[in-house]
Amino acid sequence: MNHHSLTATLLGSAMLALALSTASTALAIDQQTLYTQSLAATCANCHGTQGKGVPEGSVPKLAGLTADYLEAQMKAFKSGERQATIMHQLARGYSDEQLRALAAYFASQKP
Amino acid sequence: MDRRDFLKAGAALTLLSGTASAFAMRGAKVVVIGGGYGGATAAKYIRLLSGYTLDVTLVEPDKEFVSCPLSNLVLGGSRKLTDISRSYATLSRHHGITMVHDLAASIDTRARIVKLAGGSTLSYDKLVLSPGIDLNMGSIEGLAESQASGQILQAWKAGPETLALRRQLEAMPDGGVYAIAIPEAPFRCPPGPYERACQVAWYLKNFKPKSKVLVLDANQDIVSKPALFKKVWEEQYKSIIEYRNQHKAMAVSPKDGLIKFDVQDDVKANVINALPQMRAGKIALQTGLANMANNRWCGVNYQSFESSVANDVFVIGDAIQVAQLMPKSGHMANNHAKVAAAAVVAQLSGLDINPAPMLTNTCYSYVDDRHVIHVASVHEYVAAEQTFKVVQGSGGFSTGPTELEGRHANTWARSIWADMLE
Repeated sequence: MNHHSLTATLLGSAMLALALSTASTALAIDQQTLYTQSLAATCANCHGTQGKGVPEGSVPKLAGLTADYLEAQMKAFKSGERQATIMHQLARGYSDEQLRALAAYFASQKP
Repeated sequence: MDRRDFLKAGAALTLLSGTASAFAMRGAKVVVIGGGYGGATAAKYIRLLSGYTLDVTLVEPDKEFVSCPLSNLVLGGSRKLTDISRSYATLSRHHGITMVHDLAASIDTRARIVKLAGGSTLSYDKLVLSPGIDLNMGSIEGLAESQASGQILQAWKAGPETLALRRQLEAMPDGGVYAIAIPEAPFRCPPGPYERACQVAWYLKNFKPKSKVLVLDANQDIVSKPALFKKVWEEQYKSIIEYRNQHKAMAVSPKDGLIKFDVQDDVKANVINALPQMRAGKIALQTGLANMANNRWCGVNYQSFESSVANDVFVIGDAIQVAQLMPKSGHMANNHAKVAAAAVVAQLSGLDINPAPMLTNTCYSYVDDRHVIHVASVHEYVAAEQTFKVVQGSGGFSTGPTELEGRHANTWARSIWADMLE
């Protein structure tokens, strides 16, 4: 199979998948996005699904805050520079890379 | 187009886009059994993470969710049962989940069919089982009869029994004795019995100050937050709470108000709250999924929470054989659910299961109506050992009970209920 016919086959399959996937708007599930959503879901217990929080809660809503601010705060909790009742203990459970991914995720959510 | 072709098409898309992505197998059926902290969360997150493409049915007999966390406050009298109850209607409406208010009677894991007590059946491609615990009433002689007659209660599943135990406390004379018997760990909610002792003591201190709370523990020491509970008991409830370790309840006799132990002397009390040994919920035992610790708990592959004995069945929450330092808590069940949900979505989309899932745990305990203490931890999946471990340096305890943590605990409850039910 030459390059062109491989591409054509792949395109054909892809279009078939798209057609079957619905009459619709369903989006493909991206593996890395799935992992990031999964990681961010560990924050939802206190900060709400997708960081949306609850009305008049005592913990901040994270959705829509800037990534720089979120990352700086989480790192400050982790280092102990920012005091807390519990957040410093939780922030220490995540790598700097994970904190960065979480900051980007919550920054991209609609408040 | 069958499933294999579908996955091939998905893989083709992946090649085209250069990053792994795929469509979830449209119309694939996921059945979730149990609408507690684990099951309700799993149902919602499977819908959410699949971009609302997978079909999810949640099987739960009760019309309303009643939270075990905070239910000790109903015993203490600072909350009502309605404060800790929520409808399932919002979950169903917001996320397009089919609610079936029925009891799962049996599961055929080969044919992939769930039979309901009402007579109908549900077929599934993936099953998430969050059955909670079963109280092993046979582990304490006389307990089954005295529970059936309403004389000795557990109230370890929040609901009408919580109110019945509260009525027993209200009927107790000043100068009476409330005794809670705690089984050997592991059991649902490690700090629960000790928080309950605080709540009952808080009520008695305010209304019946000559009364006593006896904490009769089968364990060597307080199972959760020992230093904090001891501090609170010393400072707030010194004349009320008495703690006795190594008291393993063997029998109860409601007519004499007696609890009998394996070694220690009998204890007499006006209100006996005897907790027996616990094990995975009945449906898990009956399906043969409880393959660990003498058929008490369900073994799972921790990376996905898929059962170690049945393919396409994911077991989450209190029913599982826990990894090291993993408590049987509502928060933990909610986190199991999210890992399992992501794994179900990945499998049904032909994607790889997350190689490095994470879990958090937070257990808040109310020591009176407003002051709260916590224990927290973060757990990471360690692939080399195929288990979850607490991330080194993470987690910890409160320094002492505070009102601020009381506000956080209240926010935690409202947030996690919204996370699972809204």
